[in-house]
This record gives sequence, C-alpha cells and structure tokens, in this order.
Amino acid sequence: MKVFGYRLPGMSSLLLWALLWEIVGQMELTFFLPPLSAIFVTLMEIGTTKVFIKALQETGHAFFVGTFFAIVIGVPVGIMMGKNRLIDEILLPWVNMFLSAPLTALVPVLMVLFGFGLKSIIITTTLFAIWIIVLNSRAGVLQINRSLVEMALSFGASPKDAFFKIYFWAALPEILGGVRIGFIRAVKGVIIGQLLISVVGFGALFELYSSNFLMKHFWAVLIVLFTISFIIAECLAWLERRVSYYAAQR
Amino acid sequence: MNNISTDVDNAVTVRNVCKNYDNVEALRDLSLEFPRGQLTSILGPSGCGKTTLLKIIAGLLKPTSGEILVNNKPVTGPGPDRAFVFQDFALLPWATVLRNVAFGLELRGVAKSEREAIAEKYIKDVGLTDFEHSYPHELSGGMRQRVGLARALSVDAQVLLMDEPFSAVDEQTRRKFQEDLLDLVKNENKTFLFVTHSIEEAVYVSDQIAILLPRPSRVSEIIRPSGFREKEALNIRRDPEYLDIVDRIWASLRTYVE
Ligand SMILES: Nc1ncnc2c1ncn2[C@@H]1O[C@H](COP(=O)(O)OP(=O)(O)OP(=O)(O)O)[C@@H](O)[C@H]1O
Ligand SMILES: [Mg+2]
Repeated sequence: MKVFGYRLPGMSSLLLWALLWEIVGQMELTFFLPPLSAIFVTLMEIGTTKVFIKALQETGHAFFVGTFFAIVIGVPVGIMMGKNRLIDEILLPWVNMFLSAPLTALVPVLMVLFGFGLKSIIITTTLFAIWIIVLNSRAGVLQINRSLVEMALSFGASPKDAFFKIYFWAALPEILGGVRIGFIRAVKGVIIGQLLISVVGFGALFELYSSNFLMKHFWAVLIVLFTISFIIAECLAWLERRVSYYAAQR
Repeated sequence: MNNISTDVDNAVTVRNVCKNYDNVEALRDLSLEFPRGQLTSILGPSGCGKTTLLKIIAGLLKPTSGEILVNNKPVTGPGPDRAFVFQDFALLPWATVLRNVAFGLELRGVAKSEREAIAEKYIKDVGLTDFEHSYPHELSGGMRQRVGLARALSVDAQVLLMDEPFSAVDEQTRRKFQEDLLDLVKNENKTFLFVTHSIEEAVYVSDQIAILLPRPSRVSEIIRPSGFREKEALNIRRDPEYLDIVDRIWASLRTYVE
C-alpha cells in the first residue's frame, strides 16, 4: 500500500481498523465492543494469571498434538492417493465428503466413542485439519512430472527412495499450502472441541467470559488466539515461499 | 546363440517385441540389434513408438511379448548397465547441479564424498565447472541437458539410452552437442541408442540408423554409413555419402508425413 508516495509496511491497514475500533469503543455504542485500549489493558492483567497460562497450555497441547497427527497421517495418505489409482478411488469420496461436512455435528459421536477428555478434543482438531492436507498432498503428487519418477526408477530407485527423494519433495509446495490451511482449520477445531466436549482451555475462558458478559476479557482472549494463528500461518507461508523457486517448474 | 549375426558383438538385442497400450498397437514384432561401442539412431515418424521402444529397453515398460537382451541377459527391469538421458532433462529442481549429477550414484548407495568426486569430474567434462552449486532454474536449456548427460555418464553404464536429448536446445548448442557426442562415442567405450526426429542429426552422429515405420512399428530399413565416419567432424556435412543418405531417408519417410 502506498500513501503520498510512501511505501507503508504490510499490515498497515490493520492500524486503521484498530483506530476505528478504538473510536467506536470510546463512543460506548454497545457493551459488546469496548475500546481496543481497554482490551489490551485487560489482556495485560489476565495474561499473567495462572488461569490464563493454564488455558494457553491446554489449548496449545491439544492443538499441536492434533495437527501433528493430521500431518503425519494426512501427508502420506495424500501421497499414496496421488500415486495409486486404486487407493485414490477408494478414499477420495470420503475425503471430499469430510472436507465439506459440518464436522461439528460429529463431535457428539466422538464424545461417545472417546470420552469427555483431551483425547476427543485432539481427535476433533485432527479431523478439522487433516482433509485439506490429504487433498493438497494428493494434488501435489498428481502434478509431478512423470519423467522425474521414470528418471529415479531408471537409476534403480527403491519404492522408499522414490517416496522420500521424489514424491515428497516434488509435492512439497502443495503439501505446505495444505498444512497452512490445515493449521487454520485446526484452530477452529480445538476451540469447538473445548466448547463442546469438555470445557477446558481457551474454550472454558470463552464460555466463562461470554456468559458473564465480560466483553473486554472475551476480546482479549480472542485477540491472543487470532495473533497466534496468524503467526503460525505466516511462518508456513514463509516456508512456502522458500520452496516456490521450484514450484513453477517441476 | 544368435543365428542372425554371430560375428558382431551386440550390446543390446531386441527380439520380436510387441507392445500394446490398451487399444493402441504401438510396436509389432520389432527386432533390432545394437552393436557394442557404436551409436545407433532410431528414426521414424512422430508417434511411431520410438520412446516406447527406448523405455522398454530401459526396463521402464514391459513389452506385451518378445524379449530384450542386454549383454545377452534378458531385461526384467531397470539395471546399472543402462542409463537414460531424458528429452525434458528430468532434473530435480530442488537440488543443485552437483546433487543432480550425483543422483544416479546416490540411488545406488555410493557414499557422499565418493559420488561427489565422481560427479565433479563429469561436471568438468561437460563444461559446467563453476555451476556445481547452481539450481536447474538458473541454467539455460543447453546447460540443463549437460547436467542430464553428466548424470547418465557418472553411473558409468555400458549402454546410454537417449530420447531426443537435443530437441529442446537451440540449433547452435545442438550442433556443438552433436560434435561432442561424436567424441564421446569415440572415447568412451559405450553403446549409444539415440532417438531423434532429425534426419541430418541421425546421419551425422550414427554408425547405424534404424528407420521405423508408422504404428504398428517395425524396422523398415537399417542404414550403415561407412565412408565418412572417420572424417573430420567439420567435413561430414559436405560429404557426398552424407548428403545421399539424408536424401534417401527423406525419400522413404516423406510419404508418412502429412
Ligand atoms: N501411456 C500410453 N497410453 C496409451 N497410448 C500411449 C501411451 N504412450 C504412448 N502411447 C501411444 O503409443 C504410440 C507411440 O508413442 P511413443 O511416445 O512411443 O511415440 P514416439 O515415436 O516417441 O513419438 P514422438 O516422436 O512424438 O516422440 C503413440 O501413438 C502414442 O499415442
Ligand atoms: Mg518420443
């Protein structure tokens, strides 16, 4: 963005929105929107409390374990689907269905199957993240140049070599794109899990603050959550740019 | 054992090979012999099955029937006795020139320091010193094919399979490559199987030219230029026999080109 010939750093528009928020907040139009400055003051207050740190830990734990499984299962499954017609035809309808299904509706079933604890929350997180990772990894493999694979085979590559030295790297730009979107979906998954399954972590804080109309607290937690997922997404976008030099010509 | 030519030592023998893709009959009963230490071109109209034949010899495709012998042993899959040079180079875009050239050796389990030493020698041979740490997207088409060639040479296979290796490089580079190829055939004791679209190129570089007919392909003619092979590279294109053969091949192929 350029203003009066000056090049503004990225995200400058956020400042404008923050200013607008502050003004609307100061006007006290609605209890729902306290001034942004007041929210940050609250954030400083609760940010160091035991309750908040515990919530952050619980959420982070479920989030990282959930996305870990989504990646470790999703990437190989997606690559297998891209490599093998049969596996693809068996799994693709399911992946597509789950990608667009209202997963929230499945949460009660998970509770019945896996109980009311961390396990169910992690599984919910994984379920939110995994499908797009599978689909993207698959798409990454499908666009691989056949002659790269033939090259590896002609020099005697074992199936394991072909997987780790060709398929994985050739599909990496798409895989990273899938992981980035998967992480964003996982944030949604972990909070929904914490709200519906067992009221812990940030989910519990949201519940507590919103039912008591503590809007400043509510927004403070939300901003923390936004910021964390924004940073994660940006880190992955940075990784994606690192491999983009070969994405255009595989 | 082979009743057709007991006196010539063949590195590769193709015997009665048929290949069908679903309902396309690409090769029908094709037999061809590739004498050791020589360069044989495979020439034919587009879509006649040249790539198919080369991939069957490489062990990348299975023939529907018939057999391939390399050093008198039947081919069941890819093997260290053959190396492939690809029309589209097939370089790893995420790896440097050094790793690309060493990749064949890497897949064969050669230790890193050893394979890099070998790779550096061939990088020097193909004239890419100083580009070891460049990536393929930083190279020109001609330089990329040099990488592909260095990779095939560094595994030291006896048979080199080249599928239109020069078709994606510019005319001047191509002429240089053709001259280099002549040196390579002379100096390395390897057998070259060379697919090309260009009649002039085939006649210029070959000890033997196999002409294929359109699908389903068989060998229609084998031509062995004899007079100008020993001549200076620069004089070949002026040799009467060279010009004769080019004309003769065009005469037999022109009916198949629409
Ligand atoms: N995987 C495949 N499935 C079905 N048909 C194929 C396949 N590969 C090749 N063919 C067919 O087999 C025939 C021979 O193909 P091939 O690529 O071997 O020809 P070519 O002589 O190398 O052609 P070009 O000179 O254009 O490179 C073509 O008609 C092609 O359509
Ligand atoms: Mg071809």
